[in-house]
Amino acid sequence: MTPGDTRPDPRPPAIGPEQVRHVARLARLRLSDEELARFTGQLAAVLDYAAELAELDVEGLEPMAHPLPLRNVLRSDEPRPPLRRDEVLEQAPAVEDGCFCVPRILSGEG
Amino acid sequence: MTGLPDGWEVVVGLEVHCELATATKLFCGCANAFGAEPNTNVCPVCLGLPGSLPVLNRRAVELAMRIGVALGARIAPSVFHRKNYFYPDMPKDFQISQYDAPINRGGRLELPDGTVVGIERAHLEEDTGKTTHVGGTGRIGGADRALVDYNRAGVPLVEIVSAPDIRSAAQARAYVAELRAILVATGASDGRMEEGSLRVDANVSVRRPGGPLGTRCEIKNLNSMRSLGRAIEFEAARQIAQCAAGGQVVQETRHWDEDRGETVPMRSKEEAEDYRYFPEPDLVPLEPDQRWQAEVAASIGPLPAERRVRLLHLLGAAPTPAQAEQVRSVVASDLDALVVAACEHGAPASLALARTANEVAAEPSSAARLDPAAFATLLVLEASGELATSQSKQVLAELLATGGDPAEIARRLGFEPMDRGELAGVIEQVIAEHPEDWARFAGGEDKVRGPLIGAVRKATGNKADPAAVGRYLDERRARGS
Amino acid sequence: MSPTALELAAAVRTAERSARDAVAASIEAIAAGDGAIHAFVEVLADRALARAEQIDAAVAAGSDPGPLAGVPVALKDNLCTRGVPTTCASRILGTWCPPYDATVVERLERAGAVVVGKTNMDEFAMGSSTENSCFGPTRNPRDHARVPGGSSGGSAAAVAAGFVPLALGSDTGGSIRQPAAFCGVVGVKPTYGLVSRYGLVAFASSLDQIGPFAATVADAAAALAAIAGHDERDSTSLSDPVPELAAAVGRGVLGRRIGVVKELVDGVDRPVAARAREAAEAMAAAGATVEEVSIPQLRYGLAAYYLLAPAEASSNLARFDGVRYGLRVDAPDASAMNVATRTEGFGAEVKRRIMLGTYALSAGYYDAYYARAQRVRTLVAQGFGRAFATFDALLGATTPTTAFALGERTENPLAMYLSDTCTVPASLAGIPAISVPFGADPAGLPVGVQVMAPALGESTLFAVAGALERAAPPERRP
Repeated sequence: MTPGDTRPDPRPPAIGPEQVRHVARLARLRLSDEELARFTGQLAAVLDYAAELAELDVEGLEPMAHPLPLRNVLRSDEPRPPLRRDEVLEQAPAVEDGCFCVPRILSGEG
Repeated sequence: MTGLPDGWEVVVGLEVHCELATATKLFCGCANAFGAEPNTNVCPVCLGLPGSLPVLNRRAVELAMRIGVALGARIAPSVFHRKNYFYPDMPKDFQISQYDAPINRGGRLELPDGTVVGIERAHLEEDTGKTTHVGGTGRIGGADRALVDYNRAGVPLVEIVSAPDIRSAAQARAYVAELRAILVATGASDGRMEEGSLRVDANVSVRRPGGPLGTRCEIKNLNSMRSLGRAIEFEAARQIAQCAAGGQVVQETRHWDEDRGETVPMRSKEEAEDYRYFPEPDLVPLEPDQRWQAEVAASIGPLPAERRVRLLHLLGAAPTPAQAEQVRSVVASDLDALVVAACEHGAPASLALARTANEVAAEPSSAARLDPAAFATLLVLEASGELATSQSKQVLAELLATGGDPAEIARRLGFEPMDRGELAGVIEQVIAEHPEDWARFAGGEDKVRGPLIGAVRKATGNKADPAAVGRYLDERRARGS
Repeated sequence: MSPTALELAAAVRTAERSARDAVAASIEAIAAGDGAIHAFVEVLADRALARAEQIDAAVAAGSDPGPLAGVPVALKDNLCTRGVPTTCASRILGTWCPPYDATVVERLERAGAVVVGKTNMDEFAMGSSTENSCFGPTRNPRDHARVPGGSSGGSAAAVAAGFVPLALGSDTGGSIRQPAAFCGVVGVKPTYGLVSRYGLVAFASSLDQIGPFAATVADAAAALAAIAGHDERDSTSLSDPVPELAAAVGRGVLGRRIGVVKELVDGVDRPVAARAREAAEAMAAAGATVEEVSIPQLRYGLAAYYLLAPAEASSNLARFDGVRYGLRVDAPDASAMNVATRTEGFGAEVKRRIMLGTYALSAGYYDAYYARAQRVRTLVAQGFGRAFATFDALLGATTPTTAFALGERTENPLAMYLSDTCTVPASLAGIPAISVPFGADPAGLPVGVQVMAPALGESTLFAVAGALERAAPPERRP
């Protein structure tokens, strides 16, 4: 399916173990081999069920991101009190120099 | 562009992230401030605590709209999207940004030299926290841990994406300088690159002129104009060398290493990120109505280009290269209003411009206090010769530091401004006493000029300003008397 | 029979009964009976008694202690309570205590209610049986071998067992209404945007709503009135005035047009369908015009929901990465730490939905799945819109079956998801819906009947619900 294509597609792609492994990686989850097999079967069943949506003619229908007709909800640029630093850090798994400490970051956006 | 081999062209597009000058963050009421102690400026929302929700800052939208107007963009109905990826500096592990429906679409930026760079879009997004890599070698990849401060998380950003219309490092720098001046002029940003309120990423590719676009690399970590220029030059050379040797440029993100003067590939990730953009369900669409858009447009004063034209107008004649640079820098430092006001009080334009670009700009904090009328008075004194250049600068220093009346300051400093008539009298006297020298000068022998000036200075106890004396002599000769 | 919330509040306000006494009784009932049910994951005895004493002091001082003064309430454990653990029944939150209260908690307390504890739920609200909790399941008070429904099973059970007269839950695809039906209590999902989501740990943001459980419709109306209304901290919060609630309960249905939705009666279990039809007849007898209506689009609702909700959830749950709070499983680098933490911290159903949602949003599949589901959502909303052009309210079953047995559907996710067919459509459309107990099946298990109204149509909703309650076959009240 190309982006923006709303024609009914009778056969959305089936999901297989490779795809499950891929989305697990994107979602920062590790699956055992057993889990991979089990989840693949279960996800395929759900997606199979959802395949009936492909039958529908959705031509001309706007995607509904919200049930509400709200627009332009804004707040004024006025400061509100922040949290106290001890509140912020006291439940952190690891703290150093007032910062959250994490193991080294290998790859990166930063 | 320096160093580019013949037959190659570099193509650059710039993404500039601009921190908006709001009082609070984009989605919460935490202060938008620089330099606070780590994690003292955070709340459930910008920390992304479970159950927290974003609420959009009206002023951030206004400033984003000002940027759009200033860049000639179309302000369009927009929505926010989530850009999903994991990184420790992202409290929610997604960033609220704008994807295919940004607030500002299209636009253009004209460089001082007349080149036009297209703007594709300028959209709102929230900033991330700041990560410091520590331990080990202390640099990314060599460190053994990282420390994260979320004070900056949630600060409002506008990301301005240019078309790939830039063709040299110099143009890239000019683009950023002009964009910065516009951002400061509209009040959208304080434009401090060194504080991180303006960040630049460059997309660089090379090609044969007229040929198809080459594969581009994104260069990050450009923290100054100098880095920007150097990085583009390095990257262009690198890519050309690669192509010339028969290789292919790999599309990747590279990091500019300031110390080593080269771009290096960022640690490779296992695979390309898939950001899985989808509309942010916790926010509703933004549709600024015509009235709001008109209010915003009306609230923007003249932009840098217009202000430069105004100064050039005051100068009258075509500017010298030095003057053109003075015009640019005076507008960029927001001091053009001073020059205009001084001229309105009778100061000569070129002198007002020069003094402002040099002496006044060196004292930015005092500049705001400088009274244009006093400044003009001083400049007139200098122009007429009643004060020597060096004396005038000393008086100006005092004016900047403590204000006051220029003539009074001059007297206090012992620079009796020499009355014009008095000076003329002395000069005429000296001319009368040196008729042969005058005849030679009037006949065209310029080397007599110096001694004549020296004689006048001696006669005035060194109070006469040599430049003013010289002007008088030249004018007298020109008049043919 | 325990007093209703309204009866209790009235007694406390007139000092006829002390709040402390009422709260202590609740805590005792929990201590005595919850071992068998496991509705609660945390009981806040000291905090609650202290709060109750404050209410009594206010009454003694002559100040207004609020319309729900002294009423013990239970909160689903995905509602943030300051300084009190909020676990979402997940190991990944560890013992995290939010530094702030959810808006609904603030409002309930301002109304004088007293929070006595946090209730069990399916992990991160993902489930229909409360069997996906890291704390173990909750049992249906009506039959301990059966599920209470989910994901707000603990809150439903707490009310059904008589531990508290009021509880709050959250409903994304039926997580209030379905357990209400299974446990034989009233459960309300308000119009989307009527109740602030600030402080509700998000599952699917465009679907989540907080709502009350109660033993009576009037109590549910009172609870909703206390929590509803605009909140500037929630951008999706409606500014419209809150509809009339309490006053509507006794209004009756004379002259109302009620549509019985074919798709919510055909295809459900026989006893459930029978009760639904009896309910429809009762409404006709009470003076409403009752007709059958078909909304064929509804049959696609479940599939759309099971693409949309996991998609939003996959993003909402990304923040649980071991960096700032909750569980952290150490590893040599940050990314590995995220993986180890999430792998150990999330249960299977949560992982399943995260992966499903990630897939639905991923490059190449967004249009076929997520975007298409959003369009189907519009289709469902339009279907309701057409029905509401003719009818003031719609009626149908709340669930296809009565409470199923513990363990019956845990191996088959799809079978579990199918329990939501009747409730999901109202969530997709954002319209208000209520489940009212109406009779039982041959085994004596409660049946719930569902009423739906247009957005902000809560007055109509409660009018019909009140009429149903009055017409319902005599049933055991907690």
